[in-house]
Amino acid sequence: MRGNAPQYRLETPRTLADALAKLRAEPGRWRAFAGGTDLMVLLEAGQLKHADYLSLHRIDELKGLVREPSGAWVLGALTTYAEVLEHPELARTFPNLAAAARETGAWAIQNRGTLGGNLANASPAADSVPALLAYDAELELRSASGARWVPHAQFHTGYKTTVLKPDELIARIRLPAAGGNRFHFFRKVGTRRFQSISKVCLAARADLRGGRVIDARLAWGAVGPVTLRSAHLERSLAGLSAADLGDAKRRSALLSALAAEITPQSDVRSTRAYRLKVSENLLGEFLDGLVAFAAGKGGA
Amino acid sequence: MSGAFPVKCTVKCTVNGAAQELQGHPMERLLDSLRDTGLTGTKEGCGEGECGACTILMDGEPVNSCLVPLAQAEGAELCTVEGLPARAGRKVSEDRAALHPVQACFVSEGGAQCGICTPGMLVAATALLERNAEPTDAEVREALAGNLCRCTGYMKIVNSVMAAAREMRAGGNRAAPPEAGR
Repeated sequence: MRGNAPQYRLETPRTLADALAKLRAEPGRWRAFAGGTDLMVLLEAGQLKHADYLSLHRIDELKGLVREPSGAWVLGALTTYAEVLEHPELARTFPNLAAAARETGAWAIQNRGTLGGNLANASPAADSVPALLAYDAELELRSASGARWVPHAQFHTGYKTTVLKPDELIARIRLPAAGGNRFHFFRKVGTRRFQSISKVCLAARADLRGGRVIDARLAWGAVGPVTLRSAHLERSLAGLSAADLGDAKRRSALLSALAAEITPQSDVRSTRAYRLKVSENLLGEFLDGLVAFAAGKGGA
Repeated sequence: MSGAFPVKCTVKCTVNGAAQELQGHPMERLLDSLRDTGLTGTKEGCGEGECGACTILMDGEPVNSCLVPLAQAEGAELCTVEGLPARAGRKVSEDRAALHPVQACFVSEGGAQCGICTPGMLVAATALLERNAEPTDAEVREALAGNLCRCTGYMKIVNSVMAAAREMRAGGNRAAPPEAGR
């Protein structure tokens, strides 16, 4: 079968200014086309509703990875999963992002799929998105009239919706450096390790100082209409030591608090009950890892 | 739908070492553009980037050609399964012996069954061995994780890649045409 290519327009602006001018001149007409790993699937399935696209692949301003003196990393929106994996220092600093990149699709998808595309596509089952969310990513949105930085936590507004205006593109993603000894946890659960879409995904991190959690993030995929953080649980973790975390009562309270923070649904990939149970298991795994980390290196 | 249907475009690229102009709609799948030139070695399996049968090399990197729109191939260096022998320095000919070592080992180790997944497997395996001359079993399996075979298990496929790796490391030339009279 073939998608009906003649029904669609795909233009290739050579510069960011050209792309932004086009978006500004005809608001809503053009949409961004990055790696195409989702849009081409919809095209082939006859489900690609929007007609006119700007292919961003020639725009150098949207490429490249830079480490700032502060230790923060700034990634062009067109950074592919493969490029994430090609930067050992980035992968060491943000291992959840590397883990997500490695388990998104497989090699051929990782060569095409982009972080900006994963964000803009706004699927709740995206894998790089929880990883970015847990690292407090900030997104630079560019339009013909300038740039604004938006916290990732405010970017997704609902199922497949974002704050991106019709004349804006995601240009860059900024990942701030860690604020303490950082424990990282990433686990994607799907039908198989590679080439499957998540049933549940947890990207989490906890920063420790003096043996106590000073700041934690738990970002979930595929358990709600958007990739989401469990903010109440994050706050509950703050101030806890390895001993606190190891306390059985405290642990079971944390686990039972999870159900109020996620809203998994039954769909083609899994059921609500399975997702809830697996989410609880992933939280348990995260807590086990955190206790071990806090008792060891993080306790220093 | 806004305006008239977009006209076809001409995309200049390199296909299996030769400069080529591919004609088609910008959103057309590279898979279709390539097959339309007669390079039907690249197969369509699922058409949604899951099975890897349409894997080709784009600037040396494996990609699913069903997910790449023609417009994005502008200026790219493409290699399909038909280009593998030349990639290994083999003379492209009708001679079955003129194969890339990966192809030769799929033959000798029984790595192909129905053959639909085979071109994608060969291309992805070649890309792996160009980067990693001595892969572990796990590395081969991860590199081929996006290539699905529905005939059989993956044992013979993995064995074929491992055999090719050994042969390429040894500089062995079993795949080359045998000399006359031997």
